[in-house]
Amino acid sequence: MRLFKKITGSNLFYNFLRDPMAIGSATVLLFLIVASFGAPIFAPHNPYDQTTIDIMDAELPPIWTGAADADSRFLLGTDPQGRDMLSTMLYGMRVSVLIGVGAVVLQSLIGIIIGLIAGYKGGRMEALLMRLADVQLSFSTYMVAIFISAVFQGIFGMGVYSDYALGLLILVIGFAEWPQYARTVRASVMAEKNKEYVEAARVIGLPQRRIMFRHILPNTMTPVLVISTVQVANAIMSEAALSFIGLGMPPSQPSLGSLIKSGFDYIASGSWWISLFPGIALVVLILSINLLGDWLRDYLNPKLYKD
Amino acid sequence: MFAFIIRRITQAIFVMLVISVIGFAIKQSVGDPVREITGISVSVAERDALRDKLGLNDPFPVQWFRFVKGALHGDLGNSFKYKKPAVQVILSKAPATLELVITTSILVVLLSIPIGIYAAIHSKSWWARMAMGGSIIGVSIPVFLTAILLIYVFAVWLQWLPSFGRGELVEIFPGWKSGFFTRSGLAHLLLPTVSLTSIMLPLFIRLIRAEMTETLQTEYVKYARARGLKEKRILYVHAFKNTLLPVITVGGVQLGTLIAFTILTETVFQWGGMGSMFIKAVEDADTSLMVAYLVFVGLIFVVVNTVVDVIYGYVNPMIRTGGGK
Repeated sequence: MRLFKKITGSNLFYNFLRDPMAIGSATVLLFLIVASFGAPIFAPHNPYDQTTIDIMDAELPPIWTGAADADSRFLLGTDPQGRDMLSTMLYGMRVSVLIGVGAVVLQSLIGIIIGLIAGYKGGRMEALLMRLADVQLSFSTYMVAIFISAVFQGIFGMGVYSDYALGLLILVIGFAEWPQYARTVRASVMAEKNKEYVEAARVIGLPQRRIMFRHILPNTMTPVLVISTVQVANAIMSEAALSFIGLGMPPSQPSLGSLIKSGFDYIASGSWWISLFPGIALVVLILSINLLGDWLRDYLNPKLYKD
Repeated sequence: MFAFIIRRITQAIFVMLVISVIGFAIKQSVGDPVREITGISVSVAERDALRDKLGLNDPFPVQWFRFVKGALHGDLGNSFKYKKPAVQVILSKAPATLELVITTSILVVLLSIPIGIYAAIHSKSWWARMAMGGSIIGVSIPVFLTAILLIYVFAVWLQWLPSFGRGELVEIFPGWKSGFFTRSGLAHLLLPTVSLTSIMLPLFIRLIRAEMTETLQTEYVKYARARGLKEKRILYVHAFKNTLLPVITVGGVQLGTLIAFTILTETVFQWGGMGSMFIKAVEDADTSLMVAYLVFVGLIFVVVNTVVDVIYGYVNPMIRTGGGK
């Protein structure tokens, strides 16, 4: 709540209203999120309801193409299983966003706790944890995510993996990307911990845990907020990539990535819409988050980190 | 300097050991070698005897030690699918990946440096803004999507270029079949290279621009201006040289990203390289090959990063003494 007040009370909100790029991307993002989470209300069909799907409707083109087999029920055509593209995309975007946000919540939890402890306590523990973070980060999050999910699939078998894909993907991506948070939080903790208010808290005799979580942590939230937006975009990208190589969401509960994959098998026969529409949705989603993140980063602290 | 090199090498060895533990743990938890060797008709007692003979009842560290010893001799087990040593399979696939990576790297270096510098110097100009806007769009389009669009436009729709495989190959060394020397080989190389470049280029343009912008604000650039040096000399000799260093280090780190994107690109174009081999190995549950790929990529990675770090330490003394960043 305090964080929320800090945001609206500061110049951030004022600056936001004066930046057309920020407003534009925020509007697009809001629209996509409302459309995808309201999919059960807005979508013309329910792609999870097996009884309404007819395999005879498979691979129908979008209605405006004027092709003979275009069906007025399916605005954007249908996918190889006969599901309405538009509805499946909306549901798929919901899956993608859920995984992206879930993974970021997980990685920020791991990263913040590790970064906080490493930054505050220092010593051998810090050296070990940060080395670990550096090494993992140097392998690039995509590669770590691909390897972990490949191993998971090997251990659990393909059937179990696709049953629990949503949770497992959050776990995989969350674990692959925690070092970003750990490093960011540690850096700001190092800057904060020698300030007077921390010393005052220490002199009063407050327990370490309270100083760490109640006094220092709120003051490290700005950079965390900045990287969080970009991290959501990264997590959604990772999920799409994993789904595309068959290590992600199963076709029965598709995300945008697995929809693109299912369309790819039909691209040679000229069915471009199955890949293209989810692809556009994915790019617009990621782009709007990235643009918003860029604006936030430029506004809050331009020197924080660069890519 | 010597201590620094030793420290980096120790760290590299440590990382490789961790990778080997992970790889070995994967091998242990997936699949049972005895069942793969024997089939159903063999009795339990015989199986146990075989298990003992193969040393599968030994404690984990002993078996791991054996695994590492084998790995040091270039033995990472046999691939179930290819019925060949996994290392041999990987080495036969390596040239394809390497050719893709080399052409992409050349393109990225040739394009990102001028564009990045231009965007840093003329940051307000329209071209620079277009380049930066384009690069954020480029970063936001997943590589497999670019690849699919390219395939649809150039292979399915226009039918100008082939969409999968490597085309005609010429054997230049024993075991190295190259597509560089035939028309069809080069045509097959074009789309995968463009896709891979489309995702790596924006990363480097943004990086070079950021570093160059920072360098241009330093004291020595101001001093060079005050001395009245020619602007060109300041930009390309004084500023650019110091921009390159961080670019090289981050470039080493981007190797991991490049490998991951290579896996995706190869999968789309059915490029016969290590990346698509890895994905097939995962699909077929070919554990040995998977683990071998993990160890192999880990090794390339650790070697490249160690070399980059040592070069960086050699050029920049601050890194050596600070115990690394």
